[in-house]
Amino acid sequence: MKHAYIWGGILAITFFSVVGDVLLARAMKQVGDVHALWRRAGFWTVVARVLSNPNLFLGIAAMSVAFFSLLFTLSWGDVSLVAPAAASLTFIGNAFAAKIFLHEKVDRRRWIAAVLVATGVALLAG
Amino acid sequence: MTFRKYLVLAGVTVFGAAGDSMLSHGMKQAGNISLHHLPSVILAVLNPYVACGIVLLLGFIVLNMNALSWADLTYVLPATSLGYVLIALIARFVLHEQVSLLRWLGIALISGGVGFVAGGPMLTSHSHEDPESPLLAKDARNGAPTNGAPAAEVVSGGRES
Repeated sequence: MKHAYIWGGILAITFFSVVGDVLLARAMKQVGDVHALWRRAGFWTVVARVLSNPNLFLGIAAMSVAFFSLLFTLSWGDVSLVAPAAASLTFIGNAFAAKIFLHEKVDRRRWIAAVLVATGVALLAG
Repeated sequence: MTFRKYLVLAGVTVFGAAGDSMLSHGMKQAGNISLHHLPSVILAVLNPYVACGIVLLLGFIVLNMNALSWADLTYVLPATSLGYVLIALIARFVLHEQVSLLRWLGIALISGGVGFVAGGPMLTSHSHEDPESPLLAKDARNGAPTNGAPAAEVVSGGRES
């Protein structure tokens, strides 16, 4: 039963991390290249454009939920399992979510990169 | 890819790794924190390592948002995962901790993953919502209705570096 709680927690952390990452990435894509925007319209335009994007705040909210899920899950399970498992699954989840929701071209090269990094992160905990 | 963009990605990597390490070191000094003793959280923030870690992580967030404005999520995440490698190398060579064979294998895999993604294009998607997006402006000029044309343009841009 404890295992179910821990893995439920890990899945919750992963889910909200992926949602947060995707919303943040979407917000910044909507803002556009900040270097170009800064050159064209100035620093405060960049700040105003970023802070007026609702996806940014939804993303931050999702990341906060992920953070609190991590705190709760750490009270049930070991940090050496929870942190790397959630980080690994987030890499894979992000590849799927970026393809579906951000329409990124996740080609074979990127899939291999996501799997290699996810495996590497899991091994670092060993 | 310009030197400035490399610098931003390096900043995301270093600030993230350094911020996490500082925070972890500071929290070990500050001791356990429970929800029943919330004032202890404020005391923890007064610890110089924790405060420094928070400042570094704020820098990480700003640079990460900067990177996401001109590169794909599936490019930025693997590219900046070198931070894990950095932490392991600091643990081995600065803190003289033992790094097991499995961890070295993990470092090799992450580095390999970064190599894979770094050789490819930086940006394959763009916003359809923002009419002022520079990528969209190029798109309109080329008269291309799909993602294909700007992606190809960015691909060539990415390979210049």
